[in-house]
Amino acid sequence: MLTLKCPYCGVCAEETELHAEGEAHLKRFGPSSSDSDFEAYLFMRENPKGVHFERWRHSNGCGKFFYAARSTTTLEVFGTYPAQTYEPPKEIKDKIAARYPGWSWREFS
Amino acid sequence: MRRYSAFAIAREAFRYHTGWDRAWRSPELKKRYDVVIVGAGGHGLATAFYLGKNFGITNVAIIEKGWLGGGNTGRNTTIIRSNYLQNSSAALYEKARSLYETMSQDLNYNVMFSPRGVIMLAQTQHEVRGYQRTAHANALQGVSTEFIGPERVKDLVPIINIDGPRYPVLGGLWQERGGTGRHDAVAWGYARACSDMGMDIIQKCEVTGVRQSGGVVTGVDTTKGPVDCDKLGLVVAGNSGDLANMAGFRLPMESVALQALVSEPIKPCMNVVVMANTVHGYMSQSDKGEMVIGGGTDGFNNYTQRGSFHHIEETVRALCETFPIVSRLKMLRQWGGIVDVTGDRSPVIGKTPLGNCFINAGWGTGGFKAIPGGGWATAELIAKGEPGPLCAEFGMDRFIAGRFIDESVAAGVAH
Repeated sequence: MLTLKCPYCGVCAEETELHAEGEAHLKRFGPSSSDSDFEAYLFMRENPKGVHFERWRHSNGCGKFFYAARSTTTLEVFGTYPAQTYEPPKEIKDKIAARYPGWSWREFS
Repeated sequence: MRRYSAFAIAREAFRYHTGWDRAWRSPELKKRYDVVIVGAGGHGLATAFYLGKNFGITNVAIIEKGWLGGGNTGRNTTIIRSNYLQNSSAALYEKARSLYETMSQDLNYNVMFSPRGVIMLAQTQHEVRGYQRTAHANALQGVSTEFIGPERVKDLVPIINIDGPRYPVLGGLWQERGGTGRHDAVAWGYARACSDMGMDIIQKCEVTGVRQSGGVVTGVDTTKGPVDCDKLGLVVAGNSGDLANMAGFRLPMESVALQALVSEPIKPCMNVVVMANTVHGYMSQSDKGEMVIGGGTDGFNNYTQRGSFHHIEETVRALCETFPIVSRLKMLRQWGGIVDVTGDRSPVIGKTPLGNCFINAGWGTGGFKAIPGGGWATAELIAKGEPGPLCAEFGMDRFIAGRFIDESVAAGVAH
């Protein structure tokens, strides 16, 4: 069973206590944006085979949203971090780069 | 190709069955094809078959990274139905269902289509109203369904508990001409017919790159070397996102795990397919006597072909409540497949940002039932370069235009 540590309340929560909320670090576009930007924000997804940055909600716990870095091919969790950020912390990026040589962070969307 | 028939069986019986051919050839990959289709699952093979049958295009390669029919085609719960709410989905799935009826004859291969009937249980007032609405919509669409009461449900499914404490059965949407089919045989039958038309099915050959110049695809790189093509079809279900990344565009889809399980074989006890969408489980009995059980998808992106245990637990709990006799059954096997789910839970059959590259994907949890219809529509799309009437509304442009085919709200949860 997938276990993630909530970065706010510090609980190592099993997935039944959490709710997956899709891709993280989406660039948000509002009503005045172009159709294709709005479409990309709402629907287009990286859906990577490998490292995935995603939003989770500690729905049966503290209720807060946080981010996680996880591999979609091995289910390995590289770490979780608070959602008030545009990119993951350095130690998570280093951990991923150590596991996937040549991997580097890039802006999505 | 020698035809399969009762006479052929008798003939071979007299010579110790030494005269059977291999069902399909295993050729080497050539340097160039008119059309390359990535993915030898049901939809990929059906696309190739109808390219040959309806449009005479037979210089086709179907490239498969594993073995043919070894992905979701071999992992689903084999349910065939077309009781959808929206006109465009009802048309596509009904086309598929009607092609299933004659598929064994068309392919000269027994796909064991069994139109045993499908019930979708209504267990809340909301579902009762929803399914009554679907039944009316189906009547207008020419899809034969009816809303039936709880007594009729009990009559059709004697093992069901219609007086459950949480969710009593209030009725059901009954499609008499839905049913099940033999999933592997569908892939094998199409593969045999495609091979017979001269198409090359290349197994254990993974695509590693999509070569392009000036906005069009020129070919693909594979683990068995490069191959050129005039047109490319991507029909790879759960791996669509990965292939789109190779080709340099994104899709409105995410890949998640969907699980199923089968019980030990028992005597015949249920001769229809029952889906219980409120409690999230569905069940049918295979010809071998196993109860074939499916549930809902996992919530998070996943490519590992295994899912979370708590989803199995939810499904089994729902079925124990709906069918009390299954509580003592032992389960034989449990497995997962990777399904690509779109924003509106309807598939994508259409063009991609690359001019001569076409995609059939996003079937989510309901791809098997659509195999012949999806293949038919994708073949037309590839042959003409423009979508035909069957898939006109299923293009990716619907997400930018806001023209969703919203079956996730319309049809409940299971597909």
